[in-house]
Amino acid sequence: MKVELRDTPFDPLLELGFYQASTSELQGRFGATAIFIGTMRDHNERAAVSRMTLEHYPGMTERHLRRIVEAASREWSLLDALVIHRVGELRPDDPIVLVAVWSAHRAAAFAACRFIMEELKSKAPFWKREDTPEGSRWVAHNTPG
Amino acid sequence: MSVQVKYFASLRDRLGRAEDRIAASEGMTVAAVWAALWPEIPLPPNTLTAVNMEYATLEQVVRDGDEVAFFPPVTGG
Repeated sequence: MKVELRDTPFDPLLELGFYQASTSELQGRFGATAIFIGTMRDHNERAAVSRMTLEHYPGMTERHLRRIVEAASREWSLLDALVIHRVGELRPDDPIVLVAVWSAHRAAAFAACRFIMEELKSKAPFWKREDTPEGSRWVAHNTPG
Repeated sequence: MSVQVKYFASLRDRLGRAEDRIAASEGMTVAAVWAALWPEIPLPPNTLTAVNMEYATLEQVVRDGDEVAFFPPVTGG
């Protein structure tokens, strides 16, 4: 299990492939991999967005991400999980978050991936600020999903 | 008894600073920490609070050396 914050752009599919290939405990054991990739849009709430800044609470953010993955591991039979989340400055099309879950069968992988993502959105301390033509603004709340 | 206080995101911008240190009294709650530092500013609705990086209620009592944080709803992912 790995949880990581990145302050530079990353390629989620390369990360996924590298992590899977380099994790010996997975080899021959997983039958299902569920992944979610969140990507920055160039618009939000009827405004063009040219840039986004992701702030976090160093220490608390990592702790809560780990705890969310641990909770998923208790609830479902998982072989492994990988969460990578961006901080700092992002541009449209930049990946924001990767959640990947490995399990023997698909039900656990699908459910745990969804759970981790929804918990992350409601509990992990991150805040988005967007640059729009009218200026910079903080995102007040997440969209329902 | 001293408590470190941190603010994040829009709340930090509004207050104009990222942290404070306050000499807290015995039995002081998270709500009382805010009221002592910002007597003119009611705690904005929906503000989340943490003590030592764990979510906390406004009624939680702080202890010497604690780190108290105030921040708006989270918007990651």
